[in-house]
Formats: sequence, structure tokens, C-alpha cells
Amino acid sequence: MMNQADSIVPESMATAQPPAVRQLGDRVFKWLTLLMALSVFALIVLVGFELWRGSHLALQKFGWRFLSSSEWDPVNEQFGALPFIFGTVVSSLIALLIAVPLSIASAVFLTELAPPWLRQPLTVFIELLAAVPSVILGLWGIFVMVPWLREHLFLWLRSALGFLPLFQGPIYGVSFLAGGIIIAIMIVPIITSVSREILRSVPGLQREAAYALGATRWEVTRIAVLSYAKKGLFGAVILGLGRALGETMAVTMVIGNNPQIAPSLFAPGYTLASVIANEFNEATGDVYRSGLFEIGLVLLGVTILVNAAAQLLLKTFGGAGAKPQ
Amino acid sequence: MRNLCFILCALGLAANAAAQMLINGAGATFPYPIYSKWFDEYAKIDPSVRFNYQSIGSGGGQKQILARTVDFGASDGPMSDENLAKATGKLLHIPTVAGADVLTYNLPDHPKLKLDGPTIVDIFLGKITRWNDPKIQAQNHGVQLPSSDIIVVHRSDGSGTTYIWVDYLSSVSKEWEARVGRGTSVRWPVGLGGKGNEGVAGQVKQLPGTVGYVELAYAKQNKLPYADVKNASGNYVAPGIESITEALATAKIPDDFRFSMVNPPGERAYPISGATWLLVYEEQKDAAKGKKLVEFLNWAATQGEAMAAALDYAPLPENVQKRVLERIKSIRY
Repeated sequence: MMNQADSIVPESMATAQPPAVRQLGDRVFKWLTLLMALSVFALIVLVGFELWRGSHLALQKFGWRFLSSSEWDPVNEQFGALPFIFGTVVSSLIALLIAVPLSIASAVFLTELAPPWLRQPLTVFIELLAAVPSVILGLWGIFVMVPWLREHLFLWLRSALGFLPLFQGPIYGVSFLAGGIIIAIMIVPIITSVSREILRSVPGLQREAAYALGATRWEVTRIAVLSYAKKGLFGAVILGLGRALGETMAVTMVIGNNPQIAPSLFAPGYTLASVIANEFNEATGDVYRSGLFEIGLVLLGVTILVNAAAQLLLKTFGGAGAKPQ
Repeated sequence: MRNLCFILCALGLAANAAAQMLINGAGATFPYPIYSKWFDEYAKIDPSVRFNYQSIGSGGGQKQILARTVDFGASDGPMSDENLAKATGKLLHIPTVAGADVLTYNLPDHPKLKLDGPTIVDIFLGKITRWNDPKIQAQNHGVQLPSSDIIVVHRSDGSGTTYIWVDYLSSVSKEWEARVGRGTSVRWPVGLGGKGNEGVAGQVKQLPGTVGYVELAYAKQNKLPYADVKNASGNYVAPGIESITEALATAKIPDDFRFSMVNPPGERAYPISGATWLLVYEEQKDAAKGKKLVEFLNWAATQGEAMAAALDYAPLPENVQKRVLERIKSIRY
């Protein structure tokens, strides 16, 4: 079987060019790209290895307890990552809940509905948002967004939805919710840009066929475009999620930096990336440094797990809709 | 032609720079403004040497001087016995300047508050939860205190500022020492974390009823209100250059200069302050560099100190300065 497959391809191509030259070029090209692809893989393995090496002291001392303990006490060198894992997952989830509908709706508008004169300027603006440095967004978060949230949105949420434990308790402004919102602002441009490219790559024939069947604009978008591009859009969301999990500076400035697991979204929290950024500089003890390394390892682990779960989700439910071609 | 001249000049400058000796240092961020001022000024006095200082934090400074990847380190806290034991030679602590932490707050009409140590401890332990608590009111007659909740804001990033703060709280309260302790980051019983002085100040400025601590220099430059604190001899003292220098002058300073200067006995001493140190090996491996470094240290401990107050750092008092100069003499190269 192998031989057959191997021999068929060169034969069919040999008519166009001398086989030796083409094969050499192809081979170089193949190995070169393989090398590039492997280097990305090697980089992740290397990062993981270095984190593991840096965290061996903490791994030894705390074992699996590190993942289940809520204590973070640098003075007595007791470290546990649970509140940070909780904060990372919660703030990223909030961010996705806000950013995904917003981004995909913007992308749909830009590709399907916007008049051409509006399309370009809007696209540029969205991409400009992606270029705003994280620390600037964070400062804006502290001085503009958080006060507004505290004095308007949070009060309204508490009075409207206060029967849910999610929206109870004292309002400080800095909170899980504020962290989630700032991450949402940061990932909207990424998800929008990628989604827009994906929607643009949906063949025009798809749309025309749907129109021909008498579909309305909404039906065309839903059946012919979104359904067709489902997998790609999912990929865009995953890309945004990756950024959300690792986002550091802006989140640190608005999440309140209090390692606790609270049911209320108004309560201050903490994320894995934030605690590294906050404490690494002045961590003088060996176990302390090692604990922060392990936080990095956990972050890598959480990222891989979440991505794997997302892929699985796509495999399980993605097949049900219309597939490309 | 002009271009050519420009290039030649640039090359000439580059060659000149290469002939300069480069002395590398790394560490604390708190004294960075005064250190960079010193290095700038010193370049005018001795153009043959150039200092390169990376303010990467005290932890990094200690690590790098231990690994000898820099010629001097800098730290906002004295090194622990554990870390000092790792040194491949005798490491000297050279105190340079001191700074203070102030208690800043957000209350209606910005009254001037007076507080003693135990009250501050109880606020930060979450035991005093309202502004009109009798303990606060008793020290502030005539001040209209609201009945609102006290919201504590602390630093979330590890910092020398935090170390000084919790060092003070530990020195006035056994309970604090046992429950929280001393460190550049601690497990806070209550409160919100702000990143950096600006993070804490940002929270305090916006959220009514908050209380937090920032560096004196930062509070002054940003015109934040701050409290007078009762010192060990029973006086309420405002933080300032003089009251910090007084604290340094009356603090108990051991021979290795690894000291804490919180709560000193001085009558006019502000109790919440701390020094910052340069870390230098007693035995310098590179003779030429060692010589230049010692020259600089001598200059810094004398002329350099005079520039401190303008940048809101407290200079060393005479008695400490004398001991520091004596210690610099012991560096061999």
C-alpha cells in the first residue's frame, strides 16, 4: 500500500518537471517546515520542563496538596494554588461569556451586513483595540472602569439579580467581575478578527444557494454562514480563551488580588498569572520561588486541560451541524 | 560630508564608551530614583566609570549578588541568615538611605488622623471594622468620623514597602507577629490588594472608607492625606525626612548593619520606616573594579547623602554615616 501511494504521486507530477529537482526541493521544503513545526512543540516542552525543574522543591514539599490547598502564606512557606486556579477559571469564563457573543456578532455584521464604507474603518478600530498595551487598559480599568462599575452597573446588578448568590455581598469595584470584563475587552479584538477572516472564507455560493431557496438574511447567516464556519469560529474562541487564561497585567490591577474562593462575583479574587507577576520579584526564599514556579506549571496545565476539553467538546458536538463541503 | 562626520563622531563616542569601566548592579526598586541620580552625578566626577543598575526587585538583587552576576546588589530588606549562608565570600550590608510608610485614607473632608500602633494593627487584623470605633475616636477628638465600614487596601506585589509595614505591625503586636508575621508578601487577614504604590493609592482615592499604606515619597508627590503615628516614646509624629533620620539615629544597629528601624526610642522619631542597603563583597575579585566601587561608595556615603532629601529620602544621620564609612574601608581589592 505504501509503495503504491508513494509511486503514484511522483509519477503524476513528473510530467511537469524533472523528477530529481522537484523531489529534492520538496524534500527540503518538507523537512524545513517539519523543523519549524517541531520547534514550536519543543518550545512548549522546554517551558514545561523548566517550570517543572524550577518547582521541584514545592512539588516535593506539598505534592498534590498544592492543588487542593487554599492557603497562600509566604511567611510560613505554606502554598496552595486552589484560589488562584478558581480565579483564573472564573475570570476567563466571565470574559468568554461577554466576549464571544459580542465578537461573533461584530464579525457577522462586518462580513454580512455592514455597508462597504463602514467595513474598513470598523475593522481598523477593532484591530487598534488589540494594540492597546495591557498596562494601559489596567490603569484605565482602575481609574475609569472600576468606579463606573461600582457606582452604576454593580448596584444595578445587585438590585436586579440580588437573589442570586453571584450578585450579593459588599461592592468594592475590584472583583472577579471587573477582572472578567477587562479580559473580555482584551479578547474581543482577537476573536472578532479571526472570526471575520473565517466568515469571509465561507464561499459565496453557500449564501447564494440559501437565498435561492428563499431564506431571509438571518436564515442565510444562521444556516449558510455560521453553521458552515462553526469549527473555525470555535477555534477563534479557543484562541481568545488562551489569551484570557494567561492575561496578567490588566487583570492584576482590577481583580483585587485576594486569594479567596467566594461565591459572589463582586468579591475580590486572584489569578495564577497575577500572583506570579506580583510576587516573583521579591520572592527571596527557595520554597517560595519554587511555589511560584509551580503556579506557572499549574497555569500551563490548566491551559492544556481547557484546550483539550474544548477540542473534545468540538469533536462531540461539532459533528452534528453542517460540515464544510 | 556632514553624515560622515556624524558617523565618525558616533564611532568615536562608542570607542570612548568601550574604554569606560562598567560596574553592574541590580536589585531594589524603592531606592532606584536616588541611585540613578547618584550614578548620573558620579559620571560627572569620574567619567572613567559607568554604573548600570537594573531595578529588578530585592529578591533578584540578592540572587544576582549571590551568583556574582553583578558587582553589587541592592535590597530593601536585610538578607536572611539562610540566604547569607549561600554567599561565596563575606557579603557586606551598606545602608544608604531610609524611607517611611504612611497610612493614607479616604474620609469625608480629609481630616488629619492620629493613630497608635495597636489601633493600626486592629484595623489590619479586621478587628476594628468601623471608622467611628471608640479606639479611633479617642485619639481624634473633634474629628467627625463616619460610621461606615473600614476597607483595608494593601500591596499585592511583594515589596520592601510591605516589609516595613508588617515589620512595624509585628513589633507592636504579638498577635500580628504570630498570625501574619514579617515578609515582602504576607497572608493578609483582610482587605483588597493593589499593585504598586499607584495601585493602593488608586483604590484609596476612589473608594470612600478605605485605608492603606504607601511610601512617604509617593504620598507626598501625589498629595495624599496621611496619619500621624504614635511612636515608642508616646508622641504622635508626622512622617518626614527629619523624623525618619531621627529614627535611624536612635535605632539599634548591630555591627553587620542588618537592622530593623521600626519603633525606635527617639522622641521625634517616626516609627514606620526602613533603610535600604547595597550588598557588596568584602573581598573584591577584580582589583580595578573594586577600587572604583569603593571610591563610589565613599562618595555616596558623603556627598551622595546630601542629595537624598530633595528626592524625599532620609539621609543617614552622622553617627550611622561614620560607621558606614568605617565599614567601606574594610573592603579589600
